[in-house]
Amino acid sequence: MKIFNYRLVIFALSIIFGVVFAMPSFLQTQSGKKINLGLDLQGGLHMLLGVNTEEAVISKIKSYASSIKYFAQDEDILLDELSINGETIEFTILDEDEIKKVDAMLAKIKGLDIQKPNRLNYLITLSESEKAIVKDLSVSQAVETIRNRLDQFGLAEPTVIRQGTTDIVVELPGIKNAEEEKAARELISQPANLELMAVDEEITDQVYTMSVQQAAQYGAVILEKADNPNEKYLVKEIPILNGEQIIDAQVAFDQSNQPIINFTLNSSGAKIFGEFTSKNIGKRLAVVLDGKIYSAPNIRERIGGGSGQISGGFTLVEAGNVAIALRSGALPASVKLLEKRSVGPSLGADSIQASMIALIVGFGIVMIFMVVYYKGAGIIANIALVINIFILVAVMAMFGATLTLPGMAGIVLTIGMAVDANVIITERIRELLKAGVPVKKAIEDGYSNAMSAILDSNITTILVAVILYAYGTGPIKGFAVTISIGILASMLTAILGTHGIYQMLMNKIQKSKNIANWFGVK
Amino acid sequence: MEFFKTDKIYDFMGKRFSFLAISILLVLASLGILATKGLNFGIDFAGGTLIQVKYEQKAPIDDIRDILRQKEAFSNASITEFGSDQEIVIRITSSSNSVATDIGDEINTLLKSTGNFEIRRIDMVGAKVGNELREKGIMALGLSFIMILIYVSYRFEYRFALASILALVHDIIIALGAISLFNVEVNLDILAALLTLLGYSLNDTIIIFDRIREGLQTSKEEKLEDVVNDSVSKTLSRTTLTSLTTFFVVVTLYMFGSEIIHGFAFTLLVGIVIGTYSSIFIASTFLVQLRFSIDNFRAKEAEKVKRQKEKEKMRAMYEQGTI
Repeated sequence: MKIFNYRLVIFALSIIFGVVFAMPSFLQTQSGKKINLGLDLQGGLHMLLGVNTEEAVISKIKSYASSIKYFAQDEDILLDELSINGETIEFTILDEDEIKKVDAMLAKIKGLDIQKPNRLNYLITLSESEKAIVKDLSVSQAVETIRNRLDQFGLAEPTVIRQGTTDIVVELPGIKNAEEEKAARELISQPANLELMAVDEEITDQVYTMSVQQAAQYGAVILEKADNPNEKYLVKEIPILNGEQIIDAQVAFDQSNQPIINFTLNSSGAKIFGEFTSKNIGKRLAVVLDGKIYSAPNIRERIGGGSGQISGGFTLVEAGNVAIALRSGALPASVKLLEKRSVGPSLGADSIQASMIALIVGFGIVMIFMVVYYKGAGIIANIALVINIFILVAVMAMFGATLTLPGMAGIVLTIGMAVDANVIITERIRELLKAGVPVKKAIEDGYSNAMSAILDSNITTILVAVILYAYGTGPIKGFAVTISIGILASMLTAILGTHGIYQMLMNKIQKSKNIANWFGVK
Repeated sequence: MEFFKTDKIYDFMGKRFSFLAISILLVLASLGILATKGLNFGIDFAGGTLIQVKYEQKAPIDDIRDILRQKEAFSNASITEFGSDQEIVIRITSSSNSVATDIGDEINTLLKSTGNFEIRRIDMVGAKVGNELREKGIMALGLSFIMILIYVSYRFEYRFALASILALVHDIIIALGAISLFNVEVNLDILAALLTLLGYSLNDTIIIFDRIREGLQTSKEEKLEDVVNDSVSKTLSRTTLTSLTTFFVVVTLYMFGSEIIHGFAFTLLVGIVIGTYSSIFIASTFLVQLRFSIDNFRAKEAEKVKRQKEKEKMRAMYEQGTI
């Protein structure tokens, strides 16, 4: 009796592979590679965010305007009406002799498109290519910033990846409840744009009577106090400093034990801050976070060392989030929600349980049916089916594939379809047996006759699965993955594996007086 | 055990016009339903917000309706039970684009007074993404057809490919008709089910066509109808059996699987029945109606064999050194 044949050896190896690599997933051991559960099964938040890249262009323009202003002050150049109009910086030089200096300074900045209606007037925008660069950079910077923030938020394995030109995919597994989800969303979306701005003391008494347009004529904007929207301030539009110069931010407490945020500026920020405060003693400095004024203290003396604080009625949690957001940097542009899929952990657990029941019941029915209909051949097909599931799980675990709810459905479906190969083969064998072919030849020919049908049908199914994978979103991709792996595994188990078993048992089958016990028919 | 005697040959093709009539009726009825009732597109394709809420007690649907009706933005919200009377799904056609505060948060606050509940799922799809998903879905469906056409043409003959595609179109239309009739919400998972059904039905058809091809090469039948009858009869056991096992598992999925995959399982259930029917009765009918010529096929096959033999002969001569 020839027990070992190459088919059986390969089958045995694949059984070992399947069992070994599937075990960590089945037993949920600590070590070893396990199947990843998709967000729909373990609960979590999936979001597609769109970056408003236009804003990045405007903020870039704003920062150039700040540099021009700072340069002019530093060099004692008199500029008239330095202001920003949409995406354009406008100013007029008062002294003709200083044109050269300004031109030299502007020449150092790359990507500017400078127009001069006359010798003294300047209209500055970003060139188209520079705009594209700024937009592109803003998306990758937003990805980086959101990732940093989420890393500090304390959730396991957040995923933040860029998708296409302006979109970002954020996935947060293991969110426990709606509150935590909201906190995470707030942290992600907080612009965290800190600006230190000068209060326009010359027109400050008109703050409640001036319109936004009138204020703009003075190069000022009207901002509300964060904790009291009725309290308004007129501040100069071009900030002294922005959050880019922050290197650290920590939560602390003030004298009355209220949470505040201490921030530290980098050296160039500290220098600008020091110079500004020394020149503006007696005036007010507004601490502006995301367009709202938190405080506007009087400058009593020059502030060196480059540190400051934001106070203004934070809760401890808010203060913590603001600090995280400041540390990880401002979002270069705001983000908008394009798509959101949020699943609570209890629903995920229910889904797993429901699919497990469907899996086990489906498995049971198919196995019983196969044995009733085919007897011995049914048992052999069932062995292949069980191993198929092991291999499917093992391969998914090995490649770190994600199991989703449609993926679970795919496994259930695989059970129904994986026996197909054995059905085709056994039907062929039965046919040959009826035609009076000896059992050994019937089995061998049965396999070879069935092969082209099995291959053609499986390849078409895989073709469709590949398309599903290419065009589907997360959960549907999971379905395509399980179906494809299941079909490939069934080729190994149902074709090669069962053939090996028949060859091993060939002597027994040939000697058997009752072929009907093997194939269910005489 | 045997459902069908393998040696019995049924006269499928003799009755092919009856089957064709049934199919045409079904297709027309489906198209009629689709035209009048349309498809109930879910948020994946239409955009909008879906919120699944589970209460600790029976969900107070009327209270929830009243509360939501008072809000302009939610006045067109649809509220339905989901799986059990404790669980509801709220569907809103609009979506919000604020990351920090979305519709889910608003609903959460609004419903605070209605009892203890847990928000278990919030799906929100913006209009832009909905459009993209719809385009992608149509692309996927179209591409599948093209790939199948190419593969089957390559493996068989273009009329086989055409017949199988016609059968698939037939399946998809009837499945869509059923989806529309039973008001199943069409989301991405339904698209996946439809594509699976494509693959599945094609699977059955190909196995029968494979048999027909084999029959054309080996049997001495003169008429295509007879070859087809012979092949369909011989594969009848297999077709029903695999359909049955698959049908069983899909039924378990429908019965025991979670509420979320009901639509998916339903589509597959309908699909398996239609797919099996079309593979047995319709695909081959199309093949016969497309006037597939058995003589031409055999002539070509004979030509192929002849060429093969000549090649071998040449090769043998070459190896023997006679050339």
